[in-house]
Amino acid sequence: MAAKGILIQGLKKRYGSGDTAVDALKAVDMHVAPGEVVGLIGPSGSGKSTLLKCLGAVIEPTAGKIILDNDIIYDDGWKVKDLRALRRDRIGFVFQAPYLIPFLDVTDNVALLPMLAGMSNLEARKRAIELFEALDVKHRAKAMPSQLSGGEQQRVAIARGLVNQPPVILADEPTAPLDSERALTVIRILNDMAKRFETAIIVVTHDEKIIPTFKRIYHIRDGATYEEKGQGRGFE
Amino acid sequence: MISLAGRDILYSWGKFVFTGMGLGLLIGITLSMAGIYRGMVEDAKALLDNSGADLWVVQKDTLGPYAEPSSLYDDIWREIRSMPEVEQAANITYLTMQIGKQDGDVRAMVTGLTPGEPGTPGWPPYLIAGRQITRSHYEAVADIASGFKLGDRIQIRRSRYTIVGLTRRMVSSNGDPMVFIPLKDAQEAQFLKDNDAIWKQRRRTAQNPAFNRPVVPDLLDAIIASQSVNPYVNAVLVRVETGHSPEEVAESIRRWKRLTVYTRGQMEEILVGKLIATSARQIFMFLVILAIVSSAIVAFIIYTLTLGKIREIAVLKLIGTKNRTIVGLIMQQSIALGLIGFVVGKISATLLMAPLFPKYVLLQPLDSIIGFIAVVMICALSSIIAIRAALRVDPAEAIGG
Repeated sequence: MAAKGILIQGLKKRYGSGDTAVDALKAVDMHVAPGEVVGLIGPSGSGKSTLLKCLGAVIEPTAGKIILDNDIIYDDGWKVKDLRALRRDRIGFVFQAPYLIPFLDVTDNVALLPMLAGMSNLEARKRAIELFEALDVKHRAKAMPSQLSGGEQQRVAIARGLVNQPPVILADEPTAPLDSERALTVIRILNDMAKRFETAIIVVTHDEKIIPTFKRIYHIRDGATYEEKGQGRGFE
Repeated sequence: MISLAGRDILYSWGKFVFTGMGLGLLIGITLSMAGIYRGMVEDAKALLDNSGADLWVVQKDTLGPYAEPSSLYDDIWREIRSMPEVEQAANITYLTMQIGKQDGDVRAMVTGLTPGEPGTPGWPPYLIAGRQITRSHYEAVADIASGFKLGDRIQIRRSRYTIVGLTRRMVSSNGDPMVFIPLKDAQEAQFLKDNDAIWKQRRRTAQNPAFNRPVVPDLLDAIIASQSVNPYVNAVLVRVETGHSPEEVAESIRRWKRLTVYTRGQMEEILVGKLIATSARQIFMFLVILAIVSSAIVAFIIYTLTLGKIREIAVLKLIGTKNRTIVGLIMQQSIALGLIGFVVGKISATLLMAPLFPKYVLLQPLDSIIGFIAVVMICALSSIIAIRAALRVDPAEAIGG
């Protein structure tokens, strides 16, 4: 089976074994198409972070299938040898806090990823600046992260997630530290970027103020997902 | 690819520079310790070189005159001088003592010189000011390190001497500056007792019926006269005629005069291998301790700096940074810290410690190169603990939950 964006089928994750085994993910099925932003909502301990770590190739699922832009990357075992390169080139991350590297300026924070992938410094910085234009932070390109506001830092973090043009971005509560206005701005940016770069974006969130913005929402409870149609307000 | 280590150092340069300066002072002490050892060896060699001798004739079965007391009759030099292939032979005495001056005293090695001319074994080979000793009594030539100046009046035992010449790099194996005086004065300085002791010795001699015999009226005076002179010297310095082997001459003296003779190489072995061996071992132990302390400091600092970057390292790993890039970041920082420390250490050793230290500190380029390599290696090794900590960081730490 082939699918653009990211397709997850019957994904399971078990921690431990025997009597002490815990099934963190029991049956996760999801599909996020290119250009789509979906919400992943669930209470604490429901398996959100475990799912994100599995999709981010940080931990290995126990069973199931993950297809990324028509490539099977997991099918009861990793089908990709270099998971580090997979994370670098094909998966973007946006974290709850921006986690920018404090000793690199804004441009190099973003340009670092393509540099790690082998792109020349000049080309990588050029690509970063292009993203800054789209994210309206070009004027802070030479600033250090500590000189940016929270919203600006999060935009730079989004640029970092996008810079290698991955087919999927995993956003882990990206609006948690922001007020309502800034949180909605970040979601608006994610929607814009998803459409512009044909990227599938999964946003894990608890944030009540942004939940109505998703057109589709996956709820996760006790390690299983079910889909719900969202309201999709504000970004038509 | 940008240098992550370089950027981090530039970002927190104050922390690195101040830590490097602290480390640098330790490295400076380490380099100075090596310099002190080199200085001791150099002092020992200078002592031998400046004596102008090929052979040292000393009391039988002793390591004299520098490592052990040695006493020879002061007329033995004539017998040695008359032996074939001997160009010059000169008596010499050495006595390390406090020399008085108007404003305090100085520890120095007082050397008694045979009357002669410049070039005689034992004489200072060159002067930087004044002239050599020309009178039989009460003139002195001093090493500039003693702090004496031309015309200074110094006190050795009960006699006062005038400094008539100054020389340089004439020091004992302990680094004490040398003060040269005429041989007879030096023999008297070694032997001379205080007036009470002389009086008591004369009375004891007079009370001895074997010496105070009425039938031989001049015997007591003769014995007392013999007791008031010192017919001993510490060594005879021998220069061998050009083209002849010092070893062969030494063997000849050992065989026919039944004295102990050392060649230049043997005497250097005594000075370096025996006399300063304990000091060398102490310095080596200090070097080892300082190296361990430096390693521990670098390891602790780099480990602490790394722990402060755990979240950044997790993010770097999550976004696909290779382990070798992270290892490079930590190791380069550790080595950079060492380089800062080495530069500060080298400067402090050269400009601060060497000129101010009361002993001769010889900082050799080779020691600096070895020190540099050691610092780089120590820093690289010290970063291992931090590297292990960084490699254990789970990229999942960057993701909540």
